[in-house]
Amino acid sequence: MIFSLAVYAAPYSSQASYSAYQFAVALLNQGHNLHRVFFYQDGVHNSTNLAAPPQDEFNLQRAWQHLANSHNLDLVVCIAAALRRGILDDGEAKRYNKPSHNLAEGFSISGLGQLVEAAAVSDRLISFGH
Amino acid sequence: MSKKILLVSRHAPYGNSTAREAIDMALATSVYDQDISILFMDDGIFQLLRNQHSQLIDQKNIASILTALSLYGIENIYVHQESLDDRTIKINELILDGLQSLNNKDVGNLLSQQDQLLSF
Repeated sequence: MIFSLAVYAAPYSSQASYSAYQFAVALLNQGHNLHRVFFYQDGVHNSTNLAAPPQDEFNLQRAWQHLANSHNLDLVVCIAAALRRGILDDGEAKRYNKPSHNLAEGFSISGLGQLVEAAAVSDRLISFGH
Repeated sequence: MSKKILLVSRHAPYGNSTAREAIDMALATSVYDQDISILFMDDGIFQLLRNQHSQLIDQKNIASILTALSLYGIENIYVHQESLDDRTIKINELILDGLQSLNNKDVGNLLSQQDQLLSF
């Protein structure tokens, strides 16, 4: 079965994105296909490379990156939600004359159309955070 | 590929960005040629009230943005009757014309007809 996940909540503050990650691991382990993970609203905070959680706590950003690497996942961050919340990639930082960028490797910034497309091509779209 | 997608909006217009970002999602869905419907329920009903003075809190007016839905060809817009009743709001006090009110059972039917749900 083809799944896509929508993540609406920030890591740490809420359990939702951890649950999304665990759900992603579980469905991949069962041999399903994960078409895309789309980060919207406060979910975009999953993609910052500036989070520095304590050593003895689970590092969700890193876990997403490892999962994306090992399964060639499409981790997409909503551009409108990201820009409003200070998540920028190199290109957007240049466009808006910002001194730095912070989108973690393995994530890409794109439009809401990527969530619509995920809904259209997936058998199941599972939302986390509402 | 076109799918039946229902966006359920259940949060008040201000206080957090959920309502606003739900509308953005609805507009995007319509642009990509999907069969989109919207259901307002619970505090989501408040988004549809007339006479919102959001400039007083430096926010964009959600009701004005909602009037753009028809420009995007979004015509299936539903309100949950029990949510209206709980808040003593009548459907003719809402900003959009052509809203269809659904009772609990109707909502169940609507949900069961969809391919995907987007819950905000």
